[in-house]
Amino acid sequence: MEVAAATRARRPPAWLAGLAPLIVLAVAIGLFVALDAPGLDRIGVPEEELTVERTVLEPGLIELHLRNDGADPVRIEQAIVNDGFAAFTQTSDEVGRLATTEVDVRYPWIEGQAYEVMLLTSTGGTIDHAIDVAVETPDADLGFYGLMALIGIYVGVIPVAIGMLWLPWVRSVDARWIRFLLAFTVGLLAFLGIDALLEGTELAGAGPEALGGGALVWLGAVGAYLVLSGVDAWLRGRRERVEGAGGEDAPGRSSSPAEASAWRAAFLVALGIGLHNLGEGLAIGSAYAVGSLALGAALVVGFALHNTTEGLAIVAPTAKERISVGRLALLGLLAGAPAVLGAWVGASAFHPSVAALLFGVGAGAIAQVIVQILPQVRERDGRLLSPLVSAGLLTGLLVMYATGLLVSV
Amino acid sequence: MRRLWDNKVSRRKLLGGAAATGAAIPVLHEVVPHQSVHGGTSAAEAAVERHRQAHRGSGHLGAMGRVNNRANGFDPQVILRDFDEGTLRGGVREWDIVAEDREIEVAPGVKYAAWTYNGRVPGPTLRARQGERLRINFVNGSSHPHTIHFHGIHRDVMDGVPGVGAGNIAPGRSTVYEFDAEPFGLHLYHCHSTPLAEHIAKGLYGAFLIDPEEGRPDADELVMVMNGFDTNFDRSNEVYAVNTVAFAYVDEPVRVRRGELVRIYLVNALEFDLLNSFHVHANFFDYYPTGTRLEPRDFTDTVIQGQGERGILELRFPYTGKYMFHAHVSEFAELGWMGFFEVVD
Repeated sequence: MEVAAATRARRPPAWLAGLAPLIVLAVAIGLFVALDAPGLDRIGVPEEELTVERTVLEPGLIELHLRNDGADPVRIEQAIVNDGFAAFTQTSDEVGRLATTEVDVRYPWIEGQAYEVMLLTSTGGTIDHAIDVAVETPDADLGFYGLMALIGIYVGVIPVAIGMLWLPWVRSVDARWIRFLLAFTVGLLAFLGIDALLEGTELAGAGPEALGGGALVWLGAVGAYLVLSGVDAWLRGRRERVEGAGGEDAPGRSSSPAEASAWRAAFLVALGIGLHNLGEGLAIGSAYAVGSLALGAALVVGFALHNTTEGLAIVAPTAKERISVGRLALLGLLAGAPAVLGAWVGASAFHPSVAALLFGVGAGAIAQVIVQILPQVRERDGRLLSPLVSAGLLTGLLVMYATGLLVSV
Repeated sequence: MRRLWDNKVSRRKLLGGAAATGAAIPVLHEVVPHQSVHGGTSAAEAAVERHRQAHRGSGHLGAMGRVNNRANGFDPQVILRDFDEGTLRGGVREWDIVAEDREIEVAPGVKYAAWTYNGRVPGPTLRARQGERLRINFVNGSSHPHTIHFHGIHRDVMDGVPGVGAGNIAPGRSTVYEFDAEPFGLHLYHCHSTPLAEHIAKGLYGAFLIDPEEGRPDADELVMVMNGFDTNFDRSNEVYAVNTVAFAYVDEPVRVRRGELVRIYLVNALEFDLLNSFHVHANFFDYYPTGTRLEPRDFTDTVIQGQGERGILELRFPYTGKYMFHAHVSEFAELGWMGFFEVVD
């Protein structure tokens, strides 16, 4: 009895019990590594995989930013451009797993021609990289950022703002049509969400597999959905508490609960669309940087038509409530301005894996917005997919599809 | 919008999103691949350095760094004038040849798992006189079956092909090839095990020279075996050379004397490419295809050889200086098959 009591008294605290398996795991890993994986022999030859994450072309210079995507370290020993050895410098002799290096190849490339750069490793393996059209990478000076900002404003901010001019009309139509417009918004968002997932997946395939590949998109989507749902629940809870206490200095006390709800819905729609436009900006900026973007009126007009409908989607949830002009402007900027940011990032620091993650985040945010808006679409009898709502959803999808064709230049 | 990406996604899942770098560029020094880069200079200095390097771009000849000939166990400069006459024993000219697996450096830093005769690529240049009895004691020290197949006139059992005579020689086994040196000229020997292209491409070949009974005029004699290496196993060559090491004679030119007769024994041992060629700058040569006639067929400055083809070139350099020679299949030249003669008094 005495022994048992003593044991109970010396029982370790609960947190230690939770930690114990982790400690054992750490020790086991340490031993396994220290003993050099007993019983397991490495089979086969080193697997050499380098992914080109970024290409920069300057006169007489091809600059490749690479990441080791494979399991083994890689040594780049020679560079071959279009069937000829070329002189080069590199920032590190040996590229470890997931590490990066920059290889600067001196080569008198000519604008508009195609090049194939082949890096020869110490084992004789080759890393091939095709430059489809050689164009000097724009200098990241003020003029360049100005141009990207202008494009972002053309395709993002202005169309969204124009679309928001539908607000007076939205306010004048009756409740049935507002449900139709909300359904239209949901359809539009669904299109953007699907588009973001597909594009993100395509981009992820281009980035290093080792950084997660396609899983990044879904990670971004689920993460964004959960975070936004959490924030939304927290905002609701806080507001309810404040209202329950009747606090005089509660923020937004002048607005009614219905107004607040409309504002929140519009805010979330604008946020989702903003994340989508960030992706659009990324695409435009990075395409411009590699010279594959035919900048012209057709492209800008296409994006403008595509994005004007987004303005309508933002104001639809606010049809029955008053919202100040200042707040409307804020919503417009939230939805449109990320296109500018995206164009800057896309043109100056594009990375396929980061872009894939961002597309996932956009898709997750859009899914969360859809879940927010859906209850308002419901008919009074509780039906969700009434003919009117279905028509609205379909119209949203079709309008986005049709205007999307305009930008598939 | 999706189409925007399409232009950017290039072959083999590689995507080059290009962009300009900001001010914080890593500092780059000109380095040979074996040295690490140490930072420390300012971004402005780095920019100047990059600009300077950019304008040197098109003047570059050769690879980065040097091949370690000592580690390879053979030196292209030595191979050039290394004729193996074997030993005469009781009227028979005899050689010992061992096949070995060996990793060699074919371009600076680039290793290749070669199969060799006597540890070198190309194998030893075997030299005999027309009509002599030849005996080759072959030991297969490699971990794969091999043979030696000699070009020449001989009986089928001495032909070194699988299924005839001794056939494939298994690892650790040996055989003796014996035949007469016929006809005179410049020939080739190589492994004939299958897969044939692989057994040749991995380095099992060499020049087999039979001098005419009356001999040839005195000359500075050079052996040049044109070859290449498929380092990534895609059945096309990444590296080209004469006597194995890419750009070896750019880094260290072939020294010859002005006015002296230079005789080049040129053999094409290249696999995967149908043709190879030899072109010398600022000069012309007499060309004796296969070296089986004593009269030149041609007086030219460029000659083409198909796979397994060979010939003898004779020329004199009238001026001192540096004269380039290379494959006039130009892409081979820039991938390693290029060199210089340095003509001195």
